[in-house]
Amino acid sequence: MKRVGVLALQGDVAEHAGALARCGVAAVRVRRPADLAGLDALVLPGGESTTIGQLAVDYGLVQPLRDFVASGKPVWGTCAGLILLARDAGHAQPLVGGLDVRVDRNAFGRQVASFETDLDVAGLAGGPFRAVFIRAPAVVEAGPGVDVLARLDDGPIVAVRQGAILGTAFHAELGDDLRVHRLFLGMGEPNVDAP
Amino acid sequence: MDMTHDGPHDGGTAAVNGAGEHAGRETGTFRVKAGMAAMLKGGVIMDVTTAEQAKIAEDAGAVAVMALERVPADIRAQGGVARMADPDKVLEIMAAVTIPVMAKARIGHFVEAQVLQALGVDYIDESEVLTPADEAHHIDKTAFTVPFVCGCRDLGEALRRIGEGAAMIRTKGEAGTGDIVEAVRHARAVLGDIRRLASLRPDELPAAAKALGAPLALVHDVAATGRLPVVNFAAGGVATPADAALMMQLGVDGVFVGSGIFKSSDPARLAHAVVRAVTHFDDPAVLADVSRGLGEAMRGRAAAAIPAPERLAERGW
Repeated sequence: MKRVGVLALQGDVAEHAGALARCGVAAVRVRRPADLAGLDALVLPGGESTTIGQLAVDYGLVQPLRDFVASGKPVWGTCAGLILLARDAGHAQPLVGGLDVRVDRNAFGRQVASFETDLDVAGLAGGPFRAVFIRAPAVVEAGPGVDVLARLDDGPIVAVRQGAILGTAFHAELGDDLRVHRLFLGMGEPNVDAP
Repeated sequence: MDMTHDGPHDGGTAAVNGAGEHAGRETGTFRVKAGMAAMLKGGVIMDVTTAEQAKIAEDAGAVAVMALERVPADIRAQGGVARMADPDKVLEIMAAVTIPVMAKARIGHFVEAQVLQALGVDYIDESEVLTPADEAHHIDKTAFTVPFVCGCRDLGEALRRIGEGAAMIRTKGEAGTGDIVEAVRHARAVLGDIRRLASLRPDELPAAAKALGAPLALVHDVAATGRLPVVNFAAGGVATPADAALMMQLGVDGVFVGSGIFKSSDPARLAHAVVRAVTHFDDPAVLADVSRGLGEAMRGRAAAAIPAPERLAERGW
């Protein structure tokens, strides 16, 4: 069975671990560099990106996370995780990087503006995905190697893929629909790998 | 759409944007409210009374701050009626940090809550730390787009608040004491009752719901899942990294620290230490490391020595 890590410094780790378990995959909580050993893929969950970034610095995880991203194994960041994977978050805070995007943190405003909506995601069969956006970021600039998988109707980019790196501004882990988790797990399989 | 939790009731904030540039975006749903709390899990929420304190909290790694005019220890010492903070104070703190900002409304004071929602706070704490505005009724939290957290002493109280629309629960503890004993009592009561419910036969749940004074549907839900349907934090008396880790090991999802941080001799260092203690709550080597050299913790007051009329946890039902 595949071993998929979930960065467990802070945030909705249990929601991702639960969704992975429902996909038949054992989730490994990652709090220390040694926890990354032997993982086939890694999820950076939602949470507070400033908190997660600081804790990653304090416990020596930033370089090991960069090495993991560079190894080409699948990595998926949701919301705060997307911010951490960005090249630029428009704010002085520790980042892992790897994804050639600039994000706008809290692009949609404060919590009263948080929302859910039906979203068409490229590569996801079976109709729109019910996507939950919580004080969510948006991608405001994507490099040439970045595929845009989803935009909101009025334009903002909210899902991207660059090689084995997936980034979503929304929380696929907050519902029962496992299609984005399955898409991510499929990214590790040679027959359905990057175009 | 789950109409038990959602919907435009407050006249000002439509739940669904039906047309225009934000067509189809549904705000204020239970999933959006409870999901916000899920993003705070494994984190520390700190009481702050100035923009400067809010920056210290953010720089230490707090996941959110609670904007207040007085911390509970000062409310306790100074007496008088404790109300919602001055809007200028709340806005000053919102402008100082990028992390979420919470603020407290009095129990039952739905107009204070309307004001806080209009200011744009990210979460409202309907709190026993402030002087209650209503002795019988809590705020109808389903009528708001902004989510609410509420205190509890046991599972029945937690489920009554969730039934009213609370999207996050915390123990009451005994705020402003620096004494962890009441938070431990409340966390053990909630988590112990959940374990007991999960062991019951379905035909025993109605009687359990009656005994708890809790909505039957929520009792069924807890019995089936073995957990609350919302995030559950500890609050009320957390003063040290070890206190915070104790609550985490008992099974809560995160920790509020009220007076403990800014009533200590070195707030920045203590704030930093409590955040690390919550992340590594089950690693005694980390806990030992972060517990060193913190200076003096808040002096505190034994909760048991507080006369009944002054106990904040008794407020609300």
